[in-house]
Amino acid sequence: MQRRDFLALTALGGGAVFASGLAGCAARAGGMTAANNYGDFYFVQLSDTHWGYQGPANPDAAVTLRKAVATVNALTTPPEFIVFTGDLTHTTDDPAERRRRLAEFKTIVADLKVKTVRFMPGEHDASLDRGAAYKEYFGETFYTFDHKGVHFIAVDNVSDPGAKIGDEQLAWLSADLAKLDKQAPIVVLTHRPLFDLAPKWDWATRDGAQAVELLMPFANVTVFYGHIHQEHHQMTGHIAHHSAKSLIFPLPAPGSQPNRTPLPWDASTPYKGLGFREIEAEAAGRALKVTEFPVVRA
Amino acid sequence: MTVTHTGRRRALKGVFVLAGAAALVRSGLAQPAAEPRVIEMTAHRFAYEPKEIALRAGERVVVAIRSLDFVHGMNIPDLGMRLDLVPGRVTRLELQPKAPGTIDFVCDNFCGDGHEEMHGRFVVTA
Repeated sequence: MQRRDFLALTALGGGAVFASGLAGCAARAGGMTAANNYGDFYFVQLSDTHWGYQGPANPDAAVTLRKAVATVNALTTPPEFIVFTGDLTHTTDDPAERRRRLAEFKTIVADLKVKTVRFMPGEHDASLDRGAAYKEYFGETFYTFDHKGVHFIAVDNVSDPGAKIGDEQLAWLSADLAKLDKQAPIVVLTHRPLFDLAPKWDWATRDGAQAVELLMPFANVTVFYGHIHQEHHQMTGHIAHHSAKSLIFPLPAPGSQPNRTPLPWDASTPYKGLGFREIEAEAAGRALKVTEFPVVRA
Repeated sequence: MTVTHTGRRRALKGVFVLAGAAALVRSGLAQPAAEPRVIEMTAHRFAYEPKEIALRAGERVVVAIRSLDFVHGMNIPDLGMRLDLVPGRVTRLELQPKAPGTIDFVCDNFCGDGHEEMHGRFVVTA
């Protein structure tokens, strides 16, 4: 059985697994479909774990992350790497407490069997000290890496509390892109949406349009981000943007209500709206398929 | 809804002014228009006070905003404008709403645990 066949069967039989397919940069509705070609590789995206959060939106916050780690570890085929797209911790004014939360988070995710893990900050991790504490534990806030022909770019749009990438990083991004072929498969990882998803809810990056403009000449660009605590798919031109669910509490659909208050915890369906995703790269990274997973597999 | 505004910013001895387009038009009139109503507002973690301001359509107002503790943001997407509210300064926002409705604003400088609740709105009546 090929990996995709396995996923398709799991999705159909498990019931709790929601699966969606994305081919290239165009979102495609519907469930997983069995395909004949084995994926070149796949990775897992986790986001918005908010370690340290205490509140009614998730009374189970002390164990949700650990359960997600266990679920990832139980994947039949381990991913080649894992990315965390920000808000690893919940914010605090206390620098010592911030570091304690970052350290605890790091200890918990050290239990992931897959040891190639890429991190990036969210505003809860980095905005109050411009990333100082985050860097002590996880290193640089923006960087690139390559994996099997796919160029990954982690963009930091949170260390500036004004949700700006900033001129320096934009220049770095421009210089990095200048080295690439226009057909190169590119995956951008970031925390906030790079487009104006819902500015009234601060769901935007102030200079995100400049990053998108730099990416626009490239034919195969996909952006994965977090911040909005829900799955969302949008195109800016030919560039696809996919937000991830969180692992702490879901937020309402953009603009669906006056305020962006967390959706209430439902004890009858704990973890509803939470989860992580797999991203499978095929055809030398030019086709990406996304599969959503709950915190706990049925 | 349309509201008269511009992004023109002038620094006047520590007071930042966002002047409305209405003021520019008014300079060509023979009779000076009435002085705008001044509305005081404070911004602090994690609220604007008042968070809801009643306006009348056509009325010229100046919102004089003082931040008490942080460089809060004030993003008003409906107007395509935003401000940084620097402590120790008074930031003045001139508005002249043309029609009834609501105009939301939100802090867009992350200011801590509660930032997500820092928002407000202008409510414009006929």
